[in-house]
Amino acid sequence: MSINLNVPDISARPVEKCVTKLKTEQVSLFYGSFQALRNITLDIPSRCITAIIGPSGCGKSSLLRLFNRMNDLIPGAKVEGNVELDGIPIYDARIDVADLRKRVGMVFQKPNPFPMSVFENVAYGPRRHGIKNRGQLEEIVEKSLRQAALWDEVKDNLGQSGLALSGGQQQRLCIARVLAVEPEVILMDEPCSALDPVATLKIEDLMRNLSQTYTIIIVTHNMQQAARVSDMTAFLMIEPDRAGVLVEYGPTAQIFTNPKDRRTEDYITGRFG
Amino acid sequence: MAAVTLDSRKITQRAAFTLLGLAMVITTIPVLFIIIYTILKGGGAVTWEFLTQFPSQAGRAGGILPAIIGTFYLMLGTLIFALPVGVMAGIYLTEYARNNWLTRLINLAIANLAGVPSIIFGLFGLSVFVLAFNFGLSLLAASLTLACQALAMVITTSREAILAVPREYREGSLAIGVTKWQTVRHIVLPQAFPGIITGVVLAISRAAGETAPILVVGAAFLLPHLPQSPFDQFMALPYHLYTVAVHVPNMPKEIVWGVALVLLVVVLSFDMLAAAIRIKTRQRKYL
Amino acid sequence: MCHWLNRSNKEGLATLQEQVTAATVPTTGLRRRLRLGERFIEVWIFLSGLLAIVVLLGIIAILLKEGLPIFAHTPPWKFLFGAKWYPISDPPTFGIAPFVVSTLMVTLVSTVIAVPIGVACAAYLSEVAHRKLAETVKPIIEILAGFPSVMMGFIGLALLSPLVQSAFNLNTGLCGLTAAIMLSLMSLPIIVSVSEDALHVVPKEFKEASYALGATKWETIWHVCIPSALSGIAAAIMLGIGRAIGETMTVLMVAGGALAVPVSPTDPMTTMTAAIASGIGNAVRGGLQYQALFAVGLILFILTLAVNIIAERVLERQKRKFAR
Repeated sequence: MSINLNVPDISARPVEKCVTKLKTEQVSLFYGSFQALRNITLDIPSRCITAIIGPSGCGKSSLLRLFNRMNDLIPGAKVEGNVELDGIPIYDARIDVADLRKRVGMVFQKPNPFPMSVFENVAYGPRRHGIKNRGQLEEIVEKSLRQAALWDEVKDNLGQSGLALSGGQQQRLCIARVLAVEPEVILMDEPCSALDPVATLKIEDLMRNLSQTYTIIIVTHNMQQAARVSDMTAFLMIEPDRAGVLVEYGPTAQIFTNPKDRRTEDYITGRFG
Repeated sequence: MAAVTLDSRKITQRAAFTLLGLAMVITTIPVLFIIIYTILKGGGAVTWEFLTQFPSQAGRAGGILPAIIGTFYLMLGTLIFALPVGVMAGIYLTEYARNNWLTRLINLAIANLAGVPSIIFGLFGLSVFVLAFNFGLSLLAASLTLACQALAMVITTSREAILAVPREYREGSLAIGVTKWQTVRHIVLPQAFPGIITGVVLAISRAAGETAPILVVGAAFLLPHLPQSPFDQFMALPYHLYTVAVHVPNMPKEIVWGVALVLLVVVLSFDMLAAAIRIKTRQRKYL
Repeated sequence: MCHWLNRSNKEGLATLQEQVTAATVPTTGLRRRLRLGERFIEVWIFLSGLLAIVVLLGIIAILLKEGLPIFAHTPPWKFLFGAKWYPISDPPTFGIAPFVVSTLMVTLVSTVIAVPIGVACAAYLSEVAHRKLAETVKPIIEILAGFPSVMMGFIGLALLSPLVQSAFNLNTGLCGLTAAIMLSLMSLPIIVSVSEDALHVVPKEFKEASYALGATKWETIWHVCIPSALSGIAAAIMLGIGRAIGETMTVLMVAGGALAVPVSPTDPMTTMTAAIASGIGNAVRGGLQYQALFAVGLILFILTLAVNIIAERVLERQKRKFAR
């Protein structure tokens, strides 16, 4: 098996930034009596991009939503095991979910800008977190839009509706919205699946830039994308009872060129072959 | 032979459709007739003096100002009492309630509350607000009674309007660490606002036309002055129409029709306002 | 690659553990905050959610508390079936049979009038009429739903009762029939709109199958659409009945107000709602008549509750029938 993958060489990165940002230990997720995830154990390094791949329905999105407790919104959802952010168990009863989500932001599959102006979309988070000063907000909005590589395209008309932007711009606006609250981790749930190839490449570039500062976890059904952008890859599969399990987790280059598990190899070659 | 059967079937169809169309005409014509007839008969009575003066000679002369003012006070009172709790209840049912027995019970209560006859609300208001709370026969007691009656409608329309707000907006807000209430307050409510307002305006217009409850909790037929406080008695358009139509002998017909016309205009203009808001927001849906 | 993951798996994990435990993790910002204002609002929201139950239970409690004592004076059986209502004689008699019979009679007649017209109108609007016509007519019918009941009472009084009087050669046009006609007009909007919804959800496949067999449009409506929508139409009828039973002002103004048990719809009569509305103003608070009128309210409440619950059940079944 020899596939020419464009896996970025990141071995040159400084060692000190590679501490564990998020980890799960023997985590299982239930929706009522249905088990969606079983015994997931993985460590996610900080300031890297970790991709979660696997066939549809294997619980990729569910796993992603564990990290900012978005699964809490689903009635009947129950988590067993331990999930930690910087060593703090986030399913502890004493955890403030809003504060957790401020530190672990999320971008969704379908761009979902609020039906407000571009400015208000980005300023929304900071406003809710107590920033009232207009000048300060303008600063945050500009910085976030620049970080999201959207500033040049919208700077002349910040008053236009966020919904009037193109799909790719909308998604970058959503990323800017997350960046504006200065998170540490950004979760991305198939952020490019609704976008055209050009917009997709833009978002991927953006992700690589952001990973200098942020820990990024991305769910994707597109393996080329996982190979292109991620440093680490987790491969999930469905068990016969439809629960998702972690088959293999490791550096992206290893997963794609030298998978240890047969199922990983089958999946990757099947898709690529 | 076959052609004959086809013909007779066609004739049956034509006859049947004529009957169905007739049913539609029977349903529609009275509406137009009532509106036009009321305008024709009552239009002459509705003058500036009629709208701005107090009644004299037991309503046979003068104007209906206190009844108009009283009805607007009632609408305002109903709005004040029914809107906040009704919308909050809608928020509870859509955003906070779990799918459990309590929620089912609340929904059951709302559905049945909507079917309770208005006169029963009158009895309830009389016993609770007039007597037990000792508000007396007052604007306050009547507004609270009408608010109880409007509650089911305000909750139901708020619930529908809030449910129509896409889940993605909520998720987008929650996912950047905004709390649930803030999300409801700054994302969900502004989006649901037109729908909620449509329902509330309709409910208020119903309250404006409601007679039976205020008949029980003490609308007055004639008052020498306008209500000065919520604890004062009041006049109201529908009750005034009832009394001048039924209880005042030798009533000039034109004045009764005039009262009817004013009531109709008040109620229908609010209905139309609701419809206009609905149409306007539907157009905005391109976003 | 992240440096620590370059090593063998076991080793890497061990290093990880060390790093995690070694790192002094910041605990700031994740501890649960009080957010007092928010808690307060959420309590308010919850209490508002309960309000519908509170009001409904309050109504039941009030009707029981104020109404039940009358049964110490007049046993339930006599109260319900007694034909004499003399609240201010000495001794007073409280028999509400005239009101119950009037209510049933008026409701029955209005239903008989309104249902065929309403269903036919719904069928025409949803199956036959051009889209444009339907779009014009529906708002007009909605306006009908918005007419205040006192307005309908007045129209009945001023316009319909003389017609009824001369048509049936009666002493007075203020009778059950006049009230029933006005009530049927008032229950038409709900019957039309619910029936129309019911017809609307009949799957297109049903109709297409009927057309494919060579049936005409009318035959399809009559043999396919209406039978399929039957439970929805039944619910519409129940809702219309519920409305007619509970309507007060119209019957108070045009039904005639006689206190005898009516024999024919053309008799003047007093329904339960009208009895309460006309009597409560003169009743001494807490007195026997006051109690008796609340007891009438109680029976009326039970009646409408039953009708509404049946309507909901039927509607629920209709929804499930074509749920896909």
